[in-house]
Amino acid sequence: MSEYLVQFNNISKFFGKVIALKDVTMKLKKGEIMCLLGDNGAGKSTLIKTLAGVHKPDEGEIIFEDQKIVFDSPRDALDIGIGTVYQDLALVSLMSVTRNFFMGREPQKGLPFFRTFDIEKANTIAAERMGQIGIDVRDPSQAVGTMSGGERQCLAISRAIYFGAKVLVLDEPTSALGVHQASMVLKYIVKAASQGLAVILITHNVHHAYPVGNSFTVLNRGKSMGTFQKKDISREKLLSMMAGGEELDKLEVELKEMDRIENN
Amino acid sequence: MSVKSESIQSKKDSGQDERLKKISPLRVLLNRPELGALGGSILVFIFFGIVAGDTGMFSAYGTLNFLDVSANLGIIAIAAAMLMIGGEFDLSIGSMIGFAGICIAIPAIYWGWPLWTSIIFAFAMAVLIGYFNGIMVVKTGLPSFIVTLAMLFILRGATLAITRLITGRTQIPGLRVLIEDDPIAWLFATDTFQWLFTWLGSMKLIALRTDGTPLATGIPPSVIWFIALTLFATWILMKTRYGNWIFASGGDKVGATNVGVPVGRVKISLFIGTAVASTIFACIQVLDAGSADTMRGTLKELEAIAAAVVGGCLLTGGYGSAIGAALGAIIFGTVSMGIFYTDVDTDWFKVFLGAMMLIAVVFNNYIRKKVTETK
Repeated sequence: MSEYLVQFNNISKFFGKVIALKDVTMKLKKGEIMCLLGDNGAGKSTLIKTLAGVHKPDEGEIIFEDQKIVFDSPRDALDIGIGTVYQDLALVSLMSVTRNFFMGREPQKGLPFFRTFDIEKANTIAAERMGQIGIDVRDPSQAVGTMSGGERQCLAISRAIYFGAKVLVLDEPTSALGVHQASMVLKYIVKAASQGLAVILITHNVHHAYPVGNSFTVLNRGKSMGTFQKKDISREKLLSMMAGGEELDKLEVELKEMDRIENN
Repeated sequence: MSVKSESIQSKKDSGQDERLKKISPLRVLLNRPELGALGGSILVFIFFGIVAGDTGMFSAYGTLNFLDVSANLGIIAIAAAMLMIGGEFDLSIGSMIGFAGICIAIPAIYWGWPLWTSIIFAFAMAVLIGYFNGIMVVKTGLPSFIVTLAMLFILRGATLAITRLITGRTQIPGLRVLIEDDPIAWLFATDTFQWLFTWLGSMKLIALRTDGTPLATGIPPSVIWFIALTLFATWILMKTRYGNWIFASGGDKVGATNVGVPVGRVKISLFIGTAVASTIFACIQVLDAGSADTMRGTLKELEAIAAAVVGGCLLTGGYGSAIGAALGAIIFGTVSMGIFYTDVDTDWFKVFLGAMMLIAVVFNNYIRKKVTETK
């Protein structure tokens, strides 16, 4: 078995004439957090949807636990253990914590045709799982709408892990959160990785990504600008790569020039 | 280990949460969508108890009368509520009632089919039409409001055209004689607990006709169907996986799809549900009256939606209850019958209906905000 849990080799995706992704390669080990960085329009969303089985790649291959995988639907990706938490979290705010936690995969009991949703069991599991991440749900039948943004994010992640995710794909988990809430979510992500999950963390916020990431892949205009280990790259360098480096460099030169003129 | 520190953390949290637990019984009550309808129906009964308490409205006969009206509306209101929780509307309910009526009457009277085959035929047509509504909405992504509005016209027009083409008229009488000895028709046409009413009559506890038989002969079939459907729908919504899928489909279609809920199938099945409920309504009405009429069920779709809304269903989907819709139907049924027992001109009924709906929507909106407000 190779050292990588999942590999995405030379993935390309075209929408008509538009090249959304071109030759993107990523490899993840167990317990690794890879941050996928990129500015708006860099192709992050397309890549996530390809990983999650929503889009089929036009070129390239996905190798999971040494086997080549083709997804026909998001369900297939879920079944082999790629759990995706989208930005909208797939939570219904009017429904209870438990009903959200088990949405689509409700535990059942009873005889065929009279099977019921085992709410007691579901409540227990949901409360227990949320407790493990330090969120005390007073009442698992309370509406998700009453939870804070960070708690909702943790609920969605916890749900993906409970249902057997080995690779966790997180789409901008901290973008809508304040500093405190974001750090709560990031802490949970590190904890999940320490338990052996591979995490792909998609973000445009280097300050959130850098402290938790083991490696960083930068996307720009549909192409990967490479994957870097944390020891090989600084926060500043990442930031400048993301923003299409040259533009910032040029800006810097121009500013220096202005400075020089003023000083003279 | 980290898990340990988390549990200490959560213990610390629960200290401050005890304070919140005290208000939770109120929250639990507020959490229920049918709260408004429950309050409303209590008010309605108190009002008529005072205004019409001595008029015979609450005699056995009077009670069964307004229960019958409520139950008929309730049968379609419950199906409409489930569909609404699933995030869609069905405006073709009323037309479906008329259409189902002639699907029973034409084969039975003009083609010589046994009554039970025409009843099955009507239900088969309902499943087909519901499926068509559903597949149109799911596949095209058009608002169900538009798709079923089109179906409202199509069905009403087809009902009229087909009936006139085959029979040359718009009413089909003569069904009553076919009910006897039919293996299915009794399901929609038998008064139950007749022995109880006969006994009550013999004890002189309820009003009698001049020949000594009780005025109220038994519980009408609509009431039995209404109770059964309320229980069944509540069981589905609260206790089954499919019920959770209904809430999820209405609450967030995209999210539900992403976690593996078959949203399309859920919605299609709910459209079939409203069409089938309309057909149950039609069976009861047609067999009770002994005739089908092309105009039957007109505007029933709006009454059903109004009852569901008064019962706490959100127009945007994802929230509501079958018991709420049932209570909504009872409110409307009670008022529409009760108004005859008061001095109020019955012309005012529609005014009441509209006002009731407005109050319900404002109230439910307020409650929903309370329930989901971020702490």
